[in-house]
Amino acid sequence: MLGKKSELTESLKLLSKLDPEQRRVEGARLNSSRQEIEKDINDDKARQLNAELSARLKTEPLLDVTLPARARGEGGLHPVTLTLQRVEQLFHSIGFEVAEGPEIETDFYNFTALNIPDDHPARAMHDTFYIDEQHVLRTHTSPVQVHYMQQALKNNSGPPLKIIAPGRVYRVDSDATHSPMFHQVEGLWVDENISFANLKGVVQDFLQRFFERDDLQVRFRPSFFPFTEPSAEMDMSWNGGWLEIGGCGMVHPEVFGHVGIDSEKYRGFAFGLGVERLAMLRYGVNDLRLFFNNDLRFLKQFN
Amino acid sequence: MQFSEHWLRTYANPALDSAALSHLLTMAGLEVEDTQALAPDFSHVVVGQIVSADKHPDADRLQLCKVDTGAAAPLQIVCGASNARVGIKVPCALVGAALPGFNIKQAKVRGIESFGMLCSAKELGLAEESSGLLELSADAPVGQDIRDWLDLNDQLLTLKLTPNRSDCLSLLGIARDVAALTGTVLNLPAITAVAVTSDAQRKVLVDASTACPRYTGRVITGVDARAQTPDWMVRRLERSGLRSISVIVDITNYVLLELGQPLHAFDAAGLDGDIRVRFAQAGERLDLLNQQSVNLDTDMLVIADSQGPLALAGIMGGNASAVSDDTQSIFLESAYFEPAAIVGKARRLNFSTDSSYRFERGVDFANTRNALEHASALILQICGGQAGPVTEVLNTLPARAPVTLRHARMESVLGITLVPAAVTRMFAQLGFEHAVRGDDYLVTPPSYRFDIRIEEDLIEEVARLHGYDQIPATPPQAALNMLPAAESSLPAAALKACLTASGYQEIVSYSFVDLSWERDLLGNATPVALKNPIASNLSVMRSGLWGGLLDTLSYNLNRKQDRVRLFEVGAVYAAKDGGYAEHTRISGLAYGDASPEQWAEPARLVDFYDIKADVERLTGGMARYEPASHPALHPGQSAQVWLHGRMIGWLGKLHPKWQQQYDLPSSPLLFELDLGPLQQRAVAAYREVAKFPPVRRDLAVLVDEVVPLQALMDTLKQAQISHVVDLQLFDLYRGKGIPEGKKSLALSVFMQDTQKTLVDAEADAAMAKLLELLASQHGAVLR
Repeated sequence: MLGKKSELTESLKLLSKLDPEQRRVEGARLNSSRQEIEKDINDDKARQLNAELSARLKTEPLLDVTLPARARGEGGLHPVTLTLQRVEQLFHSIGFEVAEGPEIETDFYNFTALNIPDDHPARAMHDTFYIDEQHVLRTHTSPVQVHYMQQALKNNSGPPLKIIAPGRVYRVDSDATHSPMFHQVEGLWVDENISFANLKGVVQDFLQRFFERDDLQVRFRPSFFPFTEPSAEMDMSWNGGWLEIGGCGMVHPEVFGHVGIDSEKYRGFAFGLGVERLAMLRYGVNDLRLFFNNDLRFLKQFN
Repeated sequence: MQFSEHWLRTYANPALDSAALSHLLTMAGLEVEDTQALAPDFSHVVVGQIVSADKHPDADRLQLCKVDTGAAAPLQIVCGASNARVGIKVPCALVGAALPGFNIKQAKVRGIESFGMLCSAKELGLAEESSGLLELSADAPVGQDIRDWLDLNDQLLTLKLTPNRSDCLSLLGIARDVAALTGTVLNLPAITAVAVTSDAQRKVLVDASTACPRYTGRVITGVDARAQTPDWMVRRLERSGLRSISVIVDITNYVLLELGQPLHAFDAAGLDGDIRVRFAQAGERLDLLNQQSVNLDTDMLVIADSQGPLALAGIMGGNASAVSDDTQSIFLESAYFEPAAIVGKARRLNFSTDSSYRFERGVDFANTRNALEHASALILQICGGQAGPVTEVLNTLPARAPVTLRHARMESVLGITLVPAAVTRMFAQLGFEHAVRGDDYLVTPPSYRFDIRIEEDLIEEVARLHGYDQIPATPPQAALNMLPAAESSLPAAALKACLTASGYQEIVSYSFVDLSWERDLLGNATPVALKNPIASNLSVMRSGLWGGLLDTLSYNLNRKQDRVRLFEVGAVYAAKDGGYAEHTRISGLAYGDASPEQWAEPARLVDFYDIKADVERLTGGMARYEPASHPALHPGQSAQVWLHGRMIGWLGKLHPKWQQQYDLPSSPLLFELDLGPLQQRAVAAYREVAKFPPVRRDLAVLVDEVVPLQALMDTLKQAQISHVVDLQLFDLYRGKGIPEGKKSLALSVFMQDTQKTLVDAEADAAMAKLLELLASQHGAVLR
């Protein structure tokens, strides 16, 4: 009906021969006819498509959408990793970099550089695994401080220095509350005007953010570590009592001396936190051994 | 260190209750680890004396006792204890008494009225077990509340002392700190020299004058070594965790606890000639009091006589000169030994004593003679005897150099402000000799403090007395600089996330493993070994992570898990150039069905190509795989993984022999890769997107079964045939229609011209070239 030889097309061709006024009237009439015809055709097409679609839908299966998905199985991270990632993220937010060091450590880095000379009674605090006369499994993450400060001086990249050093540490101790291998995270901030009050500020801020509790009380009390002076033990309020959460203090001048940082110009604080302890408190785990048994029924609770 | 709170309060008694006193000590760095009431709550129990005891008319094992409790008339009490007898004094619970767990009422026992109960130690909650009544000493005052008579309202405090605070290894030392912290009076025990009533004396020669700067000793003759240790002393010893042994040993232990000075009493009858303080000579032996017979090293300090070593100085006495019940005359020693001379020696012999513990950390060298006099007085008082004159050999005592504290430095280290008067007051309270020099303090540490050497030590003392609690928590102020973030380095967390998304569960296993894992599973004949492993199956450092993964698999299969995906990221260790090298690996294990049990697809076991997909994801699809054999892996189903020209790890199925050994129903698939190379990723660089559509042609060829696909691909890629931009294997076929020993590989070839639409002739030419290369280099035949 709209084709080249249709009556409508022929009539449109004749329009040009009409005078202007007739042309206008006739043109409008013809156009409107054409639109009506077009609409009829389109409607027809749509009806036909709809009919086809309905017919097709009738032949296609109805899914039980409640059937389980085609799963690959769920995996997840170990709670120690989750905890460390959280610690790293919080410290990263105030500009701490992550540093690492070896687990087989020389006697020098694990002890001497940290102001723990041979036969110092403090060595008895560390039940050390020995590899040979000169090498031990590190008993704490503190040696990373020393490596990092030495490296920074060599590269001329500080102080100021701000690092956390997470990792495995080892002590000859195994019972319900001690594992021969566990994790610590060490923190170090060295700058010209760092104070003990700042140490308290950063640790308290961290613990409150980590546990997402603004009312968390943090307590510092005098303690002793050969590599810090003054030294403190950090406790946090928990279930009406106090729980030891780690040790800290101002970097001992002897330690700065060993790495070659001027302790008159720079000061620093360092702290060490037990990662399993943080994880236990955060997730309510009541047995340290669960972290190393790797029972999937335990691990999958953290997915 | 454990001690009685009441004993402490005889020296310093601040107006603080027990809980507040504990808090004070803890917050001053003397952590109270435990507080324990000596006795549970009970009341109305008094000292009673049995004045008569008659048989109960109707019960064989009961007695009718009349008990004097200080009241107008004795009480009639029925008692079943076998040791109830006339004359003894025992705890008597009166009617109305509340004992742990029960109350005492007036009652009829087998028809006879009973007005109270005579008590055993167990009934008062003083002991776990006891047999019969608790018998009190004859001087116990009848009618006195038993809690007062036995001092049962006392508490036991246990301090966890840090190694720097050796000055607090005595009641005197703790009291001194309490007095300094609270400003209360310190009541020191009055010590005066005893009257010398005998001229018995023994010469002392100190050869090792650096190790023993001060030695004092005296002979006391005519002592009664069988005398009874007084109750008050036994009680204080017991409440400090020391058993009463014999009176002379008890007295030396008592003075050790009270003043912190270790003493030793020799039986003078066992001494021959002069006393000599010297280092042991090679080959000397000594039978110690703990029944240990030791070969002495030449760096061990001994007390010797003309016959040889008598005692390990400052550590433990010898058997031969030990005091016994028959001892009549003693040589009493009080000395100062340098920490450096004592430290480590007891540990070398695998023990520690109260004496060595103190000398190693530092004993007050100004108190040596006082302690000797104090112990002498107690011995004379309790055991009788005549004291000879004191022999003292004095050499150079440790110097106490004055330490300078700068006020400004202290304030900036602590982040607080203090007035100078407050600081000097603290030093005064601590008993530190001090002087003010402008803005500095010049402080001389006392003889009992071995931990004040540098300015920071004084800063800590100021902070301690000021109170760590009083220091504010202040966020630091520092320049805000962004941290570097290398886009070319993928964080380990991203690689871990890749595995967890593929269903792997992360584990953490010990870095030390069983030797057999290293030797047999990983073929490592020389693993790094621990000198003191905690268990024989944790004796060497791992060189690979599969042992831990397989062990964890077994553990979980035993707990009814049947589809397991595990991974671990951790260090592996090896000896290198006289030292040790370690690097981090990422390792995974897949066991059981390819997918979790489900309705939609048929079950099948996980296979090589499943786990290869996981490795591909970790390597960004950039790795090459070369067949190779590994002791842990199936010889025909294992590969080395190469990345950027470096062998970075392994991939394969567990060797059937290990499957058997681990008793696994099927073999798990394993991979292990160096983490470092996986973290290196090129930063994306834009290349122009082709405007013309690619052409795909397929090519199926027959090749020998042994020809790896990689060989064909390498040939084609190296030839750089024009227009060919990508090659993919899309089918592998063996079986019907394919000759034995051959396989059919179907490749899709993608071709493109960046400048124009590719014409058929060009595509045909490329395909011909491709086929020709495969035919000439690999004997391929078009299928």
